[in-house]
Amino acid sequence: MAQDLLAPPAASERTDSTAPIRRVGRVTPYLFLIPYFLLFATFVLAPAVYGLWVSLHDWDYLLPGKPFVGLDNYQALFDSSSAVFEEFWQSMQATGIFTVASVPLLVTIPLALALMLNRAFPGRTFFRAVYFAPYVLGVAVIGVLWRFLLDPNLGAVNALLGAVGLPDASPWTTGLPWAWISLVAVTVWWTIGFNAVIYLAGLQDIPRELYEAARIDGGGKWAEFRHVTLPGLRPVLTFIVINTVLASSNMFGQALLITQGAPGNETRTAIMYIAQKGLREYNMGTAAAMSYLLTLALLLVSVITFRLLRDRDAS
Amino acid sequence: MTRVRGIAWYTILIGLSLLFIAPLVWMLLTSFKTIGEATQVPPTVLPQEPTTRAYEVLFASDTQTPVLRWLLNSLLAATGQALLILVVASMAAYAFARLEFRGKRILFGMVIATLFVPIFTLIIPNFLIIDRLGWLDTLWALIVPGAASAFGVFFLRQFFLGLPRELEEAAQLEGANTWQIFTKIVLPLSKPALATLALISFLGNWNDFIWPIYVLFSPSQFTLPPGLSILQGAYDIDYPVIMGGAALASVPVLILFLITQRYIIEGVSRSGLKG
Repeated sequence: MAQDLLAPPAASERTDSTAPIRRVGRVTPYLFLIPYFLLFATFVLAPAVYGLWVSLHDWDYLLPGKPFVGLDNYQALFDSSSAVFEEFWQSMQATGIFTVASVPLLVTIPLALALMLNRAFPGRTFFRAVYFAPYVLGVAVIGVLWRFLLDPNLGAVNALLGAVGLPDASPWTTGLPWAWISLVAVTVWWTIGFNAVIYLAGLQDIPRELYEAARIDGGGKWAEFRHVTLPGLRPVLTFIVINTVLASSNMFGQALLITQGAPGNETRTAIMYIAQKGLREYNMGTAAAMSYLLTLALLLVSVITFRLLRDRDAS
Repeated sequence: MTRVRGIAWYTILIGLSLLFIAPLVWMLLTSFKTIGEATQVPPTVLPQEPTTRAYEVLFASDTQTPVLRWLLNSLLAATGQALLILVVASMAAYAFARLEFRGKRILFGMVIATLFVPIFTLIIPNFLIIDRLGWLDTLWALIVPGAASAFGVFFLRQFFLGLPRELEEAAQLEGANTWQIFTKIVLPLSKPALATLALISFLGNWNDFIWPIYVLFSPSQFTLPPGLSILQGAYDIDYPVIMGGAALASVPVLILFLITQRYIIEGVSRSGLKG
């Protein structure tokens, strides 16, 4: 160590494989960055600021005048007498219901699947690919496919239930709570493989010696899972929980194509409502204010989740 | 004993597989049925009078639902964006991985921070920007904005950091400049990572739904995902046609996935470990 510090720069440069190359022109790095940052500035940074500006105006896309209204658009969201209040919070509630119902399933079932697939057996790669396959399809395909399969009258799901003697007339796409069950089940079916693959990668990073040590200590399978697997997965688990919460609260396509918000507006999620206000009715000021509020709520949830999972780690 | 357990194990695995595959097979089978058979109760499994009518309707030169055009648009948008991401993200990633410059930490931090912001936040201002650029209702709207991919930069930077530096140093001693080192040494060594990123970008763009349904207006400009949602409206109860459209949107990516699944799954698992 000490020798490293005393060695001439050229030598130390060679031993440290992550140190940057030193001898380049001053401008060169920026030339490498320009193409990406042009896009980044135009489609990420500028819209972030522009959106805030829009949210402070009565921004009707189709009308020439866009008067400044300060925080009015935000205030309206908290004012129970405003035109948007009820529908906005109903859509936030729909997003909340979907997130609370889907996240526990999307965190636990893929973990069980990953534990299964982590064992060595012939055909493992094949099964892993099969369970992952639905994820490569887009929400548009998933939506129209399941709308057909879940059709209360002629869908295959009710027909199959009837064939095995179960109730066969459930209004999967038009009634409550069936619409929620459908949306959650379809989402689990569609995305289970994604989380499972991330868990699998995490499982493969847990050192084998830890399991051997646990076996010598005489713990059973459950003790092994609790004391070796779960702690080893903690960083991956944190990522999966936050990522799944964000993905679930961005749910949009499934509800748009399968339930269309039905039965009334109960399954219309926040993003569906924001898109409708901003990009169908062109009330962009209101819609922008809503999307910032939603983003703020999501950031808050992410931070809380992160702290909860980390604090448990520390104790 | 072990044999019984083995049979039970594979029964579970195969049962689960059916759960994932059956709906997709159902989609394909329905596309070869007649309307009457597709909506018959109880349903048939195999088409009793197999017909390609659905595909004839889909490929008919009808201006309302030009499916071939959608297929071509999807292909152009997804390929175009994947190529653009490869170019801009690899250059930026190389600067972040290997070059030294002022503001590096701040710039990289900014890029990474956007991984945690829901893209939806920006949909309304981005719509206005696309409008100003005159790109509404064109494929440019699907190709360019999404190419500011923070994931691409992060993913390639991680890969570049892991490359051995000896070759780059040798080339530098022989007088190669940074651009030559990047294009002649780093990029060829990074083929697997570039291919993985291209695949993941392609799939993401091919499947994108929310953005195209709002920035594209004319049916001739649609890609397959928004096309499917108007098929569902236009043909209402013609399930063979709707399932045929869904099959057209899925079969190409399922085949691509079958061929390259190792890279896709690896890319996904690596992207998950970024936290």
